[in-house]
Amino acid sequence: MTMVTEKDINEQIAWAKINTDVLKSMENPRPAYWVTLAVCLAMISTAVIAEYIQYTTGMGPANLNNPHMWDMYIATFVFWIGMSHSGTLLSAILHLIHADWRKPIYRFAEAMTTFSLMTAGLFPIIHLGRVWNMYWVLPYVSDRGHWPNFRSPLVWDAFAISTYLSASMLFLFVGMIPDLAICRDNTTGWRKKLYTVLSLGWVGSDQQWRNFRKIYLLMACFLIPLAVSVHSIVSADFAMSIMPGWHITTFPPYFVAGALYSGCAAIITLFILLRYFFRFEEYMTLPIMEKTCKLTFAIAMVWTYLNLVEFASVWYGHDIYNKELLIAKATGPYAWVFWTMIFCGSVLPFALAFRSLRRHMPTMFIVSLGLNLGMFFERWMIVAPTLSMAHEPHQWDVMWGSIVEWAIVFGSFGWFGMLFLIFVKVFPSVSMYEVKEMVFHRRRSQGEEDVARMTDHAKPATQEGT
Amino acid sequence: MSLDNILNHWSDYRKGAEEGGHHDYEHRWAMAINLDLCIGCNACSTACYAENNLAVVGKQKFEKGQAMHWMRIERYWDQQELEHPEQGASFLPMMCQQCGAATCEPVCPVAATYHTPDGLNAQVYNRCIGSRYCSNNCPFRVRYFNFYSYYESSWPQPLEQQLNPDLSVRDKGVMEKCTFCVQRIRTVKDKAYMEDRKVEDGEVTPACAQACPTSAIVFGDTMDENSRVAKLWKKHQVERGVYQKTRHAKKNADLRGYRIFEELNVDPSVMYLERVREDV
Repeated sequence: MTMVTEKDINEQIAWAKINTDVLKSMENPRPAYWVTLAVCLAMISTAVIAEYIQYTTGMGPANLNNPHMWDMYIATFVFWIGMSHSGTLLSAILHLIHADWRKPIYRFAEAMTTFSLMTAGLFPIIHLGRVWNMYWVLPYVSDRGHWPNFRSPLVWDAFAISTYLSASMLFLFVGMIPDLAICRDNTTGWRKKLYTVLSLGWVGSDQQWRNFRKIYLLMACFLIPLAVSVHSIVSADFAMSIMPGWHITTFPPYFVAGALYSGCAAIITLFILLRYFFRFEEYMTLPIMEKTCKLTFAIAMVWTYLNLVEFASVWYGHDIYNKELLIAKATGPYAWVFWTMIFCGSVLPFALAFRSLRRHMPTMFIVSLGLNLGMFFERWMIVAPTLSMAHEPHQWDVMWGSIVEWAIVFGSFGWFGMLFLIFVKVFPSVSMYEVKEMVFHRRRSQGEEDVARMTDHAKPATQEGT
Repeated sequence: MSLDNILNHWSDYRKGAEEGGHHDYEHRWAMAINLDLCIGCNACSTACYAENNLAVVGKQKFEKGQAMHWMRIERYWDQQELEHPEQGASFLPMMCQQCGAATCEPVCPVAATYHTPDGLNAQVYNRCIGSRYCSNNCPFRVRYFNFYSYYESSWPQPLEQQLNPDLSVRDKGVMEKCTFCVQRIRTVKDKAYMEDRKVEDGEVTPACAQACPTSAIVFGDTMDENSRVAKLWKKHQVERGVYQKTRHAKKNADLRGYRIFEELNVDPSVMYLERVREDV
């Protein structure tokens, strides 16, 4: 029996077709788009109303109380920060190891990174008791000699997230410049003006490509340690504390694994949506889907392993607080959340191990949503039970949040959705120049000698120079 | 200049509270609470409300866990109490333990909670931005957050006339906690300074100790070896900054002193004296 290796992409796609297909995705939206956007805006407005209530009356309406000083806000914050890691994985790590199957799908993943960071960054601000003083966390020089407390993980958070956000935004933008030039050459009106400014005078000369390659590689190298450190620092919010269930040595790798996991699951979700709505079947092909699924499966197993390490070290460590907390998580009032997390995070990914399931888009769509539900619950199970059952038994309590809190949490999904919806209509969500590159490499590896044919230059009426 | 200050005192700045912070102690205010004397009457808690302008939040918010009682009486029915129900529940007055190596201090992003030369964990209300990390990292759960603005609901006119003018009323979004009645400590320290003498033992009495009908709470300076509290600490062999073995490991049954969560090594400033039971 011989295995037939499927092609990641059909190397016979004409370059002009790549341009038209991708540019078509940016054309006037269909009604479904407007409906989704309206839903997102409705979610955002609900959250804004909730935040207004919270801003004017204090943190009370969120039902926070003495043991539960943090709750869903911080859990959602960690969730969104986690979501932002897969874009870097696809665009930077896979770029460095020359896994070229990432090329058709990394652009929207990178956009997802930026937008989920923009969502995550809202939560530390929303959860502050005195939002109007939030800038005190930054080390600005004040004439009173006040500095933030550099020993606090929350200050590290502020540095880490703002650095990561600016770096990933820049990375997204720089990687898009050649494509923006294509857009510039194919549009009129306000779009033309916008892309003319954004493409920074790109003409596709050899010199420009050389500089572009260098800076892109440099930024990829810069972004990888940044991504790892950001989630390690977010884990320090918990690991640096003294509380049972938080003070855990494996938290940094556990958080990074969980971040890549939820991010990859989100990539599968968006992959399927874009493939379906924009008819990107020729670019977001099934073999690429399979590779993404395999990657997700591998990360899921790393996450499961780290979970088991944590449970085992708590169990055999015989620290009474940690052990009681672990038992309470599995059997107490949060048990249904805990076991859903275990099911979605460790059992459900086995669906990714079957070829037939991996190639069945509706199944994968549901599975990917399930995986992210598991990861959302994971963050919840990190934050809430520790506060419910910490050292002091007199203060034990269980809290489920209020409508204000959940409105803001759901609103963040609307906010992310809105940003993403705007992105796919304003910017090309598939990297045109890199797909061409991929096609070029495939043709060359097949023994094609004629450079003109490899680059489609022999064919008339194509967009050249990009 | 703040930058110069940070560069010149960098080595001091790096020191944690466990090393004495960036200053030598003038006092180490501490308590000894005799649980055998505690009758759970809540007078201390009530006195604290009156002295420290604590907001009365009402039944609903209390049930939600949003109460502001800096001092609370915890009631436990452990195995021991269940075996001897006629002796009643055991009570534990719980307030900020003013830890020597406080876990709340290093985590505050804006350094709103810090260690004073008096050995207290000061909370600077004006600096607090309400991240609530300090409370999350407090094993005793004695930090209280202003979830609402209580000024109008808690002290309707003319009740605002009875507020203590020596300290502020906190607004929403600010963390607060027991201060060992720092306003009383300040007054006495200032008076002693003006009279060019040291603060005498018994001169400072926090509201809770003052109100306690059985005098279960003894307050004083452990740096003053002749103070009552220092003698009690010494008698029960509880030492600052030294990890105490659990009370069960003590050979002498008369040694009743222990500090809560000793194993966490946070060096609390409150020593409790175990309750004595007839049958045990």
